[in-house]
Amino acid sequence: MRAGSKLGFILLFSPLVLWLGLLIVIPHIDMFLISIRERVGVGKYDTSLANYLTFFGEPLYMMTFARTALMSVLATGLTLLIGFPVAFYIAKIAKGRLQSALFLLCLVPFWVSELVRTFGWMILLRETGVFSSLLQWAGLAEQPVEMLYNDVAMMVGLVYTSMLFMVVPLITTMESLDDSVIEAGYDLGGNGFSVMREVVIPHAMPGIVSGSIVVFMLSLGNYLTPTMLGGKDSLWFTELIYSQFIVRFNWELGAAFGFMLLLLSSVIVWGTLRLSGQTLEKTMG
Amino acid sequence: MIPTIRQPRLVRYSYRAYVVLFFLYLALPLVVVSVFAFNNSQFPSLPWEGGTLNWLFGSERPMIGVFHERPILRALGNSAFIAFFVSLMSVVLGATNAFLFNRYEFRMKSFFYMVMLLPLVVPGIVLGISILVFSSTAANGIEEAVGWDIEALRPGLPLVILGQFSFVTTIVTLVISARLHKFDRSLEDAALNLGASHLTAVRTVTLPFLLPALIGGFVVAFLMSFENFNTTLMLVGSDAPLTIAMFDRMKEGSTPLLNAVSLLLMIGSSALALMMIALQRKG
Repeated sequence: MRAGSKLGFILLFSPLVLWLGLLIVIPHIDMFLISIRERVGVGKYDTSLANYLTFFGEPLYMMTFARTALMSVLATGLTLLIGFPVAFYIAKIAKGRLQSALFLLCLVPFWVSELVRTFGWMILLRETGVFSSLLQWAGLAEQPVEMLYNDVAMMVGLVYTSMLFMVVPLITTMESLDDSVIEAGYDLGGNGFSVMREVVIPHAMPGIVSGSIVVFMLSLGNYLTPTMLGGKDSLWFTELIYSQFIVRFNWELGAAFGFMLLLLSSVIVWGTLRLSGQTLEKTMG
Repeated sequence: MIPTIRQPRLVRYSYRAYVVLFFLYLALPLVVVSVFAFNNSQFPSLPWEGGTLNWLFGSERPMIGVFHERPILRALGNSAFIAFFVSLMSVVLGATNAFLFNRYEFRMKSFFYMVMLLPLVVPGIVLGISILVFSSTAANGIEEAVGWDIEALRPGLPLVILGQFSFVTTIVTLVISARLHKFDRSLEDAALNLGASHLTAVRTVTLPFLLPALIGGFVVAFLMSFENFNTTLMLVGSDAPLTIAMFDRMKEGSTPLLNAVSLLLMIGSSALALMMIALQRKG
């Protein structure tokens, strides 16, 4: 490297290191350090695993943790199931102007804040809401129907919020699939299902993986949707973190919760990448 | 399946119906939010009490419109302030990052690239609490060591800016890198051959080429910052940005005022997004 380019390298490299160091790496290390200490007196702390023992010992915490993970997996699966046919339609069936118009329409909800989207579902689903009024008007219900504050409403909101992040990568990967490959599949005696299974899905795999990872992450870390649409029984793990930090001011336990959430998401993301033979650089970058 | 392969009519029509239903599902919540912004009632719900523009422009109780509601306007100002600084900082760092990864070979390059992508896979709320914890550790450390109480390290606007900046930068870096990747290095060599210095070549040749991506990155960062909820929630102080202020109101019960704010937000972000699409077409 010449002297000039060495200076250039240092000038470009140091902001990167400052950013990643001060805002990403060190804060997470600090969070971990806080999570393994225990308050033993006023301003006195010992290193211990007490917070993690509390987490594993209290059924409410464990249940919420497991429930959040399972529900996020379910939300990811549903988003994939609902979004895949639409992505296929946009990528392979719609042509020309219709194709780009539909693609843009898929992006619309993303331009709107998550808060507004959630608010829209509240107006639709609540007891005095649009659906309830319509049902009464149509004579299908005699009194107001409460459709809000349960798991189904929460799932509807979660799927809605993350749909874009599934559909866009799916469209991008499926667009590169040549029509003649699908035709060849039929010529060789395949039917709709076998061509889907043997040709389209393997080709769309990178899109499926990156879409699923992002949707899973978004669902797992969502706070707004479970709080506003979910009921008393659909406690989400992020709500526990929030209440430990902001309401109870127990940062040690809150940090341990945060670390568990981070661990869970990392393990699932890493596992998915491993199973499908993808890398983070390829799916995100 | 694809158009060249014949399918029974029933299959084709039901597939089309499914796609239509899907787009109805996408549109429905946004449409209701917009429509009830004009409901002449205290509640954003049926029955429809007739149209009014009071939730936008009204100045008297009980219908104070968005443009006369001080707390909402202040929150909007906070959001714009935060979003402006987040976008500015992340575009500058995003550009230097893009040059670094595009132009230099260095040890552990792929490791650094992977670390740079990590903010995308850390849940927003965890990012928020980790920055909250570290900044308060730093603030306490400084106070004990030299006795300064640094206000910027306590929850508030500066911390919100840092928190959003920490993950928005990754996305902006990817946007700018994608464009820099397409740049033909020989153009820069030509400038050098014609006697330009390295810096002049970058300033007069490469940066103009990158401009659409720089503006695009700025707009994306602005929208992401404006809409961010999770990270902001953990770092917010007494000056709440719009999303947090609206969230607090929504918990208390909603009036069509919130619909009117939402409608304005939708119009604003769609305008920005359309501008960006137009820019990409040109670039």
